[in-house]
Amino acid sequence: MIEKTLKGKPAYWIWLAFLGMFMAIGAACYVRQYNFGLGMTGMSRDVSWGIYISQFTFLVGVAAGGVMLVLPYYIHNYKEFGRITILGEFLAIGAIVMCLLFIMADLGQPMRALNVVLHPTPNSMLFYDAIVLNGYLFLNVLCGWVILTAEKKQVKPPKWIYFFVYLSIPFAISIHTVTAMLYCGLPGRHFWLSAIIAPRFLASAFAAGPALIVVACLVLKRVAGFDAGRKAMNKLITIIIYAALLNMFFVGLEFFVGYYSNIPGHKHSLEYLFFGLEHHGHVYNNLVPFMWAFVILAFGSIAVLATPAAKKNDFVLGMGCAALFLAFWLDKGIGFVLAGFVPNGLHEITEYIPTANELGITIGVWATGFMVVTLLYKIAIGVEHEVEG
Amino acid sequence: MDNKRRKFLKIAGASVLAGIGAPAVIKLTAATPALASGHGEAPAHAPAPDAHGGHAEEAPQGVRLGMVIDLRKMNENPEMLDSAIAACIAAHNIPEFPDKKNEVKWIWKAPFENVFTDHSASHSAAKVKNFPSVALCNHCDDPPCVRACPTQATYRLEKNGIVAMDFHRCIGCRFCMAACPYGARSFNWQDPRPYIKKYNKEFPSRMKGVVEKCNFCGERLALGQEPACVEACKGTGAIVFGDLNDAKSEIRAVLDKEFTIQRKPTLGTKPSVFYIV
Amino acid sequence: MYNKGTIIPGLILFVLFVTFPIWFNGLTTAGDLPKPELPPGGEKQCVMPADYMRANHMQLLNEWRDNVLRDGDREILEINGKKYPKGLQMACMTCHSQKEKFCDSCHTYAAVDPYCWDCHLTPNEAGSKEAMH
Repeated sequence: MIEKTLKGKPAYWIWLAFLGMFMAIGAACYVRQYNFGLGMTGMSRDVSWGIYISQFTFLVGVAAGGVMLVLPYYIHNYKEFGRITILGEFLAIGAIVMCLLFIMADLGQPMRALNVVLHPTPNSMLFYDAIVLNGYLFLNVLCGWVILTAEKKQVKPPKWIYFFVYLSIPFAISIHTVTAMLYCGLPGRHFWLSAIIAPRFLASAFAAGPALIVVACLVLKRVAGFDAGRKAMNKLITIIIYAALLNMFFVGLEFFVGYYSNIPGHKHSLEYLFFGLEHHGHVYNNLVPFMWAFVILAFGSIAVLATPAAKKNDFVLGMGCAALFLAFWLDKGIGFVLAGFVPNGLHEITEYIPTANELGITIGVWATGFMVVTLLYKIAIGVEHEVEG
Repeated sequence: MDNKRRKFLKIAGASVLAGIGAPAVIKLTAATPALASGHGEAPAHAPAPDAHGGHAEEAPQGVRLGMVIDLRKMNENPEMLDSAIAACIAAHNIPEFPDKKNEVKWIWKAPFENVFTDHSASHSAAKVKNFPSVALCNHCDDPPCVRACPTQATYRLEKNGIVAMDFHRCIGCRFCMAACPYGARSFNWQDPRPYIKKYNKEFPSRMKGVVEKCNFCGERLALGQEPACVEACKGTGAIVFGDLNDAKSEIRAVLDKEFTIQRKPTLGTKPSVFYIV
Repeated sequence: MYNKGTIIPGLILFVLFVTFPIWFNGLTTAGDLPKPELPPGGEKQCVMPADYMRANHMQLLNEWRDNVLRDGDREILEINGKKYPKGLQMACMTCHSQKEKFCDSCHTYAAVDPYCWDCHLTPNEAGSKEAMH
């Protein structure tokens, strides 16, 4: 089926070349970083994780979001998702590839990455993260490929694949729960030390993942003549809205706990994110605009998606979903990780601004993910067209 | 219920029971591992000379090295702290970066309210306002950094309680830095050698891409010496170093006599560093 | 043969590419064998015999590393009357002080790039920054 990636309209090749350019820039930037060290990024002794890890955190959620298509179809027989579960699975593959690339880009000694496997450490959440991330990647590759092949040959998928499909559901939940556990078990970081981190991650994932799938379906309708179907889209809108509302509710609860208890440790990071933190005469607020953009985009996009226009007009639907994806990217991909380091364990503040080289690598990884998804979607749509005539 | 579903449920139920029961069975049947000896028999591994030999008196627990920093004595002689920090830097080839972003520090000065975030800084005494406190790795008894490390590149030595680092294994993921509540760890964001002012040829430097922190001078303890910072304050009693598990040691006498505080005790990390204010 | 014009040149290129290591250095030799220089101080005995060390020094260093760091065992070894602490910098480098003439000669030949000296100081390296006040 891979041969389906080798034939395409000019727009397809232009898109791949566009992505390829960013991938090349990212690779060049990475070579510079590999040779010099992570000092080429904006990270510091106080803010020791930056956008690489925050992108990884966000993308694990996007990968987990694919389960919102698999679960209704395979467990609850919601037939309308039948044609698009493959899109969810392939998106998960692209997202996990991006996660793994971001982790590798972030390591100080990437050549030693296999130490995690050579010296298994069951008390470390990163150990489990490595297992479930790679496990979920394997499951999606296996299930996606086998089921798509069966589709191509117009036969029912083999019975044994369903074991792996059902297994991928708890795996999807676990990848994001384990990633949340990286944060919510660290005693020194009060912003992360909350039981609601894992539920918040899952809610955000189940909104952002499907939102990206909706946008992808709309793009596919436009460029590849693939129509996911009105019913499937509408059901996805419902899922997205509920998940997004839950996430905003959880964020609200975080605010309540911090501000009602008035305990500085629980308040300071939220204050830094949303209002700016004053410290020795200087106000630290470089993330404030991002966080309010998150709030406005989130509520705005939920409102837009709830209107009848979203169900009738593809442009409105696309804009609403894109805005929601962007909002949750700002929440998790910018706000969540960075604020855990402000203030630091000694109540000192160091702000973080990514460097150009760092951004180059980041965009390169995103481009790689998009390329993987593009190629896989090309195969999936190619099979779909072949089968449906 | 159809036959296949019934069979599946039976197998699933049995597996779940086995899965729940397995850890209990293993725990009950495994012999308790022999407790670490660490009773100072190996002659080249004597703890600090003023500690009491660290042998089998404190029966099952072995040696647990700790430190009492007397800030009163530090305040009497402010240059002493500077020389302690300089001694650490010299002994371990610690790079001195001019910018805060890249700084690598194993022991350093910071205001009281930053070192002791769990203590009130309101209406503090003059001695606290006007003199710095000291921060370093606490060599916790229950270190979150060790829990976090995915490769066991940082680990707690059973025989003496030191939280150590193996720079050969560290992959530079910096999870330990996120986990440490005390900000005790530094990362080598670039090759440190250009920023090392003077080499100590008895100790290596570190490479870019690994995390480092105070190691309680394990290499000096092996030669019967005290940690570099302790030696710099020799004779003043500003830093007392010894075996916390040895009831007859000097450090225990000091802890018995003086009221001491610790950093973030409520987190349950059980730090081994105490302070007299 | 179909596509003879593409296949034959392609095959030739492939064979050349795959046999590159054989012909690149001139068919006669594979480059000179390394000649590591013995310690300048004249020591003839190492912690183990030379052929053992040639084959196993990597494993020995790893064992020492794990002993010292993980087991906390910094016991000084006494071999043939000489005292050796367990470590590259503290033992090996005291005799084999010229890394370029000893260690590097075989490593370069075998295209091996161990990262030991990223951290462990050679006497030369250590000497370069000793003369500061």
